[in-house]
Amino acid sequence: MKGSTMKEGIRFYHATARRRVAAFLDEGTFTEWLGPQQRLTSPHLPEFDLPVSFDDGVVIGCGRLAGREVYVAAQEGGFLGGSIGEVHGAKITGVLRRAAERRPAAVVWLFDCGGVRLQEANAGEMAVSEAIRALMACRSAGVPVLALVAGANGAFGGAGILSLCCDRVIASESVRLGVSGPEVIETVMGAEAFDSRDRALVWRTVGGKNRYLYGEVDTLVEDRAAHWREAALAALKAIETGPLRWSLEGLRAESEALARRVEQYGDAGDALEIWKRMGLENPEAIPLMEVPELVAAAKAKGVR
Amino acid sequence: MEHLTFSFPSEPFTGDAAAPVMAGVVGSGNLEVLVERGEPGAVKVEVATSAKGFGATWEAVLSDLAAQFAVGGLHFSINDHAATPAVVALRLRQALELFVK
Repeated sequence: MKGSTMKEGIRFYHATARRRVAAFLDEGTFTEWLGPQQRLTSPHLPEFDLPVSFDDGVVIGCGRLAGREVYVAAQEGGFLGGSIGEVHGAKITGVLRRAAERRPAAVVWLFDCGGVRLQEANAGEMAVSEAIRALMACRSAGVPVLALVAGANGAFGGAGILSLCCDRVIASESVRLGVSGPEVIETVMGAEAFDSRDRALVWRTVGGKNRYLYGEVDTLVEDRAAHWREAALAALKAIETGPLRWSLEGLRAESEALARRVEQYGDAGDALEIWKRMGLENPEAIPLMEVPELVAAAKAKGVR
Repeated sequence: MEHLTFSFPSEPFTGDAAAPVMAGVVGSGNLEVLVERGEPGAVKVEVATSAKGFGATWEAVLSDLAAQFAVGGLHFSINDHAATPAVVALRLRQALELFVK
């Protein structure tokens, strides 16, 4: 098999951040900023006698996507769940601020993050709010930010919020998105309300498919490098040629849509009930559907 | 955490590698290995590990690397989260392979 063909087939779910970046960008175009040799490590983890990582769990830099310059940030889920610590967050904020100034075609954020790094507490929370501010400034400057939720940690907590602050969210069916994770909900509300060990329940609630049907994920992709690239390019084109979503009118429409959602589904106890109310035929079959089949079914019923 | 520093004689590295590379991830039972050019001569290895008291095991695995490959003049930096010797040996080879490319 040729190198390029192999690269296109890479699945992002279990790949490392470095591998995702290399497979996502045009071959050999990635330049890393503040790479591991700079040893910008967490100042907090040694206090807990925990190992640090030379890149603090995030790979940042610039490269090309179909020839166009893009900035990227890719979180490493294998290091403390891809969590946002002080340095990790500052690196991402730096990418967004630089993008607002230098105006690449887009910023692509490959999410794989369970939220704030607990050991860094307030510094981590502050890093999230700084990233949100920088993300908004980047969008205000006219540089689109794409969220690619690709990793096993999905996007939760502050990362869940950040992903939805982006212009477009692209996800695979295997990933999960939310604010409070299933275990947190169970701890607070009890297992009767949400059993975090029921994998099928967890996936049909916070998984990529339900988030797509709900309208939070814009594009659902099959987990292959070629599909992630294709989806990012299509999103970029839609942003550049489509109507401005980020306007007062757009925000009002979104707010109304959210209110409608609560009205329509607020009393539903399970995603299966919601899918039924959406008019999707045979909702029990949805968890097993392939992505193209699901997307076709959703479009046929006007759900998406 | 335990911090260990090793230096072993090895044949000089002759590849035309330029950029530093990293292999592996600091997850439970895993480690990251950063490879850079260092001072000419011996291979230098710095280890930060969460598993204390395994200095002799590190010495054995790392001296194998120095004996089997021409890594003289290279600088390896390791952040380890209790990887087994087999995983360490694998990551070292992966890192070296990336560095040579």
